[in-house]
Amino acid sequence: MIAQHVVFWILAVGMAIAAIKVVTTNNVVHAALYLVAVLAGVAAQFLLLVAEFVAWVQVLIYIGTVVVLFLFGIMLTRAPMRGDENQSNSQRIGSAVVALLLLGLLGVLIVKAFPSGQEIVLDESLLAYSETGALATTFLRDYLIPFEVLGVLLTAALIGAVTIARRD
Amino acid sequence: MALNLFLMLGAFLFCTGAYGVLARKSGVLILMSIELMLNAVTINLVAFSAFTHAVTGLVFALFVIAIAAAEVGVGLAIVLIIYRNSRTPNFDQLDQLRG
Amino acid sequence: MFAAETAAHGAAAAPWILENAWLVFVIPAISWLIIILFGKRFGEKCSWIGIAALATCSALSCWAAYEWTQQVEHHHGTPVVNRLFTWWQSNGFDFGFGIQIDGLAVMMMFVVTLISLLVHVYSTEYLKGDVRYTHYFASLSLFTASMLLLVTADNTLQLLVGWELVGLCSFMLIGHWWEEKANTNAALKAFLTTRTGDVGLLIGVIITPFIVYEATGGKHFSFSILEVNSSALSGGVGHALLLACASCLLLGIIGKSGQFPLHTWLPDAMAGPTPVSALIHAATMVVAGVYLGARLYGVFWEGFSINAGGMNLMAIVGAITIIIGAALAFVQRDIKKVLAYSTISQLGYMVMGLGVGAWLGAIFHLFTHAFFKANLFLGAGSVSHSGAHHSFDMKADMGGLRKYMPKTFWTFIIGTLALTGFPLLAGFWSKDEIIAGAGQGGFQLFAWVGLIGALMTAIYMGRCVYLTFFGEYRGHHHPHESNNTLTIPLIILSVFSVGIGFINAAPLGIHWFKEWIEPHGAEAAHFPVEEITHIEFHYSEAALAIAVAALGYFIAWAWNWKKWGPHGITQRNALARSGYVFLERKYFLDDLYTGVVVGFIKGPLARASYWVNRYVIDGVANGLGSGTAKLGDAVYRGIDRSVVDGAVNGLAEATGEVGGVLRVVQSGRVQRYALILVGGVVVIGVALVLAN
Repeated sequence: MIAQHVVFWILAVGMAIAAIKVVTTNNVVHAALYLVAVLAGVAAQFLLLVAEFVAWVQVLIYIGTVVVLFLFGIMLTRAPMRGDENQSNSQRIGSAVVALLLLGLLGVLIVKAFPSGQEIVLDESLLAYSETGALATTFLRDYLIPFEVLGVLLTAALIGAVTIARRD
Repeated sequence: MALNLFLMLGAFLFCTGAYGVLARKSGVLILMSIELMLNAVTINLVAFSAFTHAVTGLVFALFVIAIAAAEVGVGLAIVLIIYRNSRTPNFDQLDQLRG
Repeated sequence: MFAAETAAHGAAAAPWILENAWLVFVIPAISWLIIILFGKRFGEKCSWIGIAALATCSALSCWAAYEWTQQVEHHHGTPVVNRLFTWWQSNGFDFGFGIQIDGLAVMMMFVVTLISLLVHVYSTEYLKGDVRYTHYFASLSLFTASMLLLVTADNTLQLLVGWELVGLCSFMLIGHWWEEKANTNAALKAFLTTRTGDVGLLIGVIITPFIVYEATGGKHFSFSILEVNSSALSGGVGHALLLACASCLLLGIIGKSGQFPLHTWLPDAMAGPTPVSALIHAATMVVAGVYLGARLYGVFWEGFSINAGGMNLMAIVGAITIIIGAALAFVQRDIKKVLAYSTISQLGYMVMGLGVGAWLGAIFHLFTHAFFKANLFLGAGSVSHSGAHHSFDMKADMGGLRKYMPKTFWTFIIGTLALTGFPLLAGFWSKDEIIAGAGQGGFQLFAWVGLIGALMTAIYMGRCVYLTFFGEYRGHHHPHESNNTLTIPLIILSVFSVGIGFINAAPLGIHWFKEWIEPHGAEAAHFPVEEITHIEFHYSEAALAIAVAALGYFIAWAWNWKKWGPHGITQRNALARSGYVFLERKYFLDDLYTGVVVGFIKGPLARASYWVNRYVIDGVANGLGSGTAKLGDAVYRGIDRSVVDGAVNGLAEATGEVGGVLRVVQSGRVQRYALILVGGVVVIGVALVLAN
């Protein structure tokens, strides 16, 4: 138990710092890299929760694709990569307030709804639910239609992105 | 592991992402913040899935990941074209709908 | 109330003709209407309508006269009053249309209808071929109707109506040949001068019901002539009111009867046809003033205090008129003008007679004067028509006409003798009654004035006769006698001139006129029966009058026939010359009236009125207008623009400002919207959480 807590806390703190850095740094590239850190941390948390497939999919998709896309985007939009421009706009204080309020609100709600007695028991029984085979079966049997729709969605997104960004 | 720790982590990430969406100038940074928020949601989902020993949460999390990827693609295309039209990547200068 | 008294005497109701004497003015009115509407169709025969109407009226008047004499004998001569219809009545005040028949009215009816009839007959020949023959006869009928309306009126308002109508007819007839400007000027002068006097008449008529009001102690308000007279004589009316009324009425008399100073229209009125002059300006219309004085004698008697003797305005005016009229007759070349001035002078006698209390004398003179003056005028017309080729200038176109026109000559002589008071002829009886009345009433001065007037009358008429009928014929035409249509009326009138005086020949014991005309008896509350001068015939006075007339004849004969005396003195002597010019220019009265009075009104007065109109009245009106405009402008600027528009605009501006303020929210920046959205949600969430 303790090991899991420690790992969790280390990961959580790291993720928190990285997330804050994502939204506060002036260097766009650094923001992207901090995002990688966050994403990796998320993947690690998944591993902690014995959801391996999701973790690796997370790494694959998010870190491998999304961040690369972000880097492309940075380059294509000529975002200032030197990091000397202030990347926060005029309403950062209001946003901070709102975000803090939201955090407080959510915190209160979470604590009220899920008191500390409710625990995720990390033992062998946890192994079964995330087995890749079972996951695949569920995916392709119970949620086949959403799976196919997802495929259509990806196709649409692809076509849409191409159409939008087309230079004519 | 207390469930609410994961949920709190998720909430933290979500709020950070919200701050970023509201407070960042560049479109790409906004998208990044959106990614943060989505990841927060994913964490929630997986945590709950672990809590209830149901695989449904994982399936949902996979869906979220896939959709997030698609959405980033389209979003970046939009940011690109906005950059192309307005010569600036900053969103706070886009006020043509100003009343 | 008087007709009721007639019935109360136990006798039958008044005789039919006296009750219905209104026929005598309705018949000529109908004749006027017929001639006006259909006369053109008859051509020259339209005169027959008029003659027929007047013959009927003459007959009716004679009948009425006869019935009146019976009334006098059997019913104490109470006037017959017949109210035909009531025009207006309210609250104890009423006036209407009615007739009052007594001796005076009957006498006037007789005179007017008879002379009008003779004038109608005369005119058929005199105006033969005239361009407006039908209009002339229509006007004559209308005039007769109006005059009869005037004399039979039982209230002063009706009298006023008749008065104005005769003025209108006079205007129409004087201006009968209006193609000549001089004739229209004369017509206008006549009308306007009498109008000036009519102002007084109008005020006087308005005062008359107040006399009744005051006498009855505020109970009764009436225009009735009998009531006005009784009220005036009852002693219950203040003297000032009566004097005011009498003076105003006197002004009307002065205008209509050609007294000094409003006599200037009468000579000019000779521009009308001669029969018109005979009828209107000798016999009937001009005596309307005298008639008014006789009718409302109670008012004059008390108002001018005639009883007390001494000077009063009426007698003075009459006396002055006698002298100035006679003086002016000396310097005329025109035969009609001589007769016109003579008429003025004789009217002066009548008015003076009324003024000295010789009521009967004045009325009797009116009666006789009508006949011999009409005779003289028609004679002059005959002379002009046949002898002087339509000219009236004695010196240029007449002379020695007695050889050619014997009938005209003899009738003219008879008329002249009657006028000048030749013994036993009409004028002798009547004129001398006035002079005697003046003397006996204590008005010695006026008696002398009357005698001097008689002297002058004889002299100027002698001159006139000489210039017309004696000497050598100075004209260039062929004089001949007029035909019978012209001469027969002359003869009839001459007969009247001779004989009519005898109906009041005192030395012969004949007092018919006095009995029939002068009101007497206790019931005559409307007439100062006791106090009036009951003129007695004295042989000494008669002899004095005859002597004066004889002296006048002698002087006339001496000057004209014998050519004694300073002929041509006016050429040699400057004083005489100036006197002659003074007379010739009619005492410069015409210059005074036309030049000074009219000129003042046309000039300075009109200019002053125009100035007042432009600057004061228009100034006020314009000032009001511009003031209102300024007020409107101020309201516009002050209230409309500032307040109202300010409110409206301010509201719009405020809305705009608020919008401008609120617009800030619409920044166009998506992140701002998102912030607001999220912030709102968070706030709501916090609130909900806190609430729970």
